Amino acid sequence: MESKPSIPEEIPTFTATLIIRRFDPEVDDEPRWQDFDVEMHGTDRVLDALHKIKWEQDGSLTFRRSCAHGVCGSDAMRINGRNRLACKTLIKDLDISKPIYIEAIKGLPLEKDLVVDMEPFFDSFKSVNPFLMAGGLPQGGKERKQSPVERARFDDTTKCILCAACTSSCPVFWTDGQYFGPAAIVNAHRFIFDSRDENAQVRLDILNDKEGVWRCRTTFNCTDACPRGIQVTQAIAEVKQAILRGKP
Amino acid sequence: MTTIDAPRTPAPVRRPRRGVNWEKWGWIYMRASGVVLVVLIFGHLFVNLVAGEGVKAIDFAFVAGKWADPFWIVWDTLLLWLALIHGGNGMRTLINDYATNKLVRTVLLSAVAASTAVLIILGTLVIFTFDPCPAASPADLLPSFCPVR
Repeated sequence: MESKPSIPEEIPTFTATLIIRRFDPEVDDEPRWQDFDVEMHGTDRVLDALHKIKWEQDGSLTFRRSCAHGVCGSDAMRINGRNRLACKTLIKDLDISKPIYIEAIKGLPLEKDLVVDMEPFFDSFKSVNPFLMAGGLPQGGKERKQSPVERARFDDTTKCILCAACTSSCPVFWTDGQYFGPAAIVNAHRFIFDSRDENAQVRLDILNDKEGVWRCRTTFNCTDACPRGIQVTQAIAEVKQAILRGKP
Repeated sequence: MTTIDAPRTPAPVRRPRRGVNWEKWGWIYMRASGVVLVVLIFGHLFVNLVAGEGVKAIDFAFVAGKWADPFWIVWDTLLLWLALIHGGNGMRTLINDYATNKLVRTVLLSAVAASTAVLIILGTLVIFTFDPCPAASPADLLPSFCPVR
């Protein structure tokens, strides 16, 4: 029996224009915008476009990415003025009749192209003790038990991937960088409301500070920016209430 | 290699807190006074602009009549203090957010504090010392409702 060789159906493509804010610290004094045209498929994400540019057009384009599947939190960037993960943003969902503007997240020192210095962000994160603080042996000596209801209390804030999309969208964080920022408060919330943790009061005292939760203006930029859908502003409000109550 | 600094000051230095936590009480004050102010302001607007003859009734005698009543003295004093401190604290927040230069910030904060204090003192003085018919004033300067001495 003879069968015709099957000709794969051609997958339609389209041209997307990306305007990327470039900055090379060894050459540029100021960042500059540069245009790129790329052939894209309907299934392609902004990260694929950046890869195509880096691999085929301009190898000097610099950006962070690691897992490329929305879990590692490396590729948060400002796409058409909104903080998103490049690996979770489909190009076809953006308005491709217009150019797509891509720049680094705001409020952190720009190092090169789409890469910023994340240290101030992680300093804030570290200063809220983002780890389980439990003294003594667990009951029965084996494990610290928790009911599903107790676990659900802080489920939302366990989803944080530390991409800095929320913190770098916060207008209070933009002002002087002294504010802890939404991400640090979210990660404090995750342990403050954990029934196994014994040091909620320490974290509440840290956040009950001039630069702590009271600087939140409930702008909701963080909630809009979070690629994991965490209700960030609500988590901050819950920490405020816990401080007022004096306990979680 | 140069890096472009975002508008931010160097790494945060966290000093241990001492004394009253003004930031927390300021936050609580804004919410508590806000709720009370909604009642005070809309009550004030209703009585002055809607009730009775409406806005046409407002004149010197109308104000004098209100301040002859201790109820309105207390109402207006509360309105004055709560609103000015609420507004002043809001301005303080804005200045802390936007004025990054230490000198500019100090000057602006002092200006807000001074103007709030002056307005509160003058306003309170007027409310409590108001006398529509001061003795020893020439009769032609007095409003018509004053008893002729």
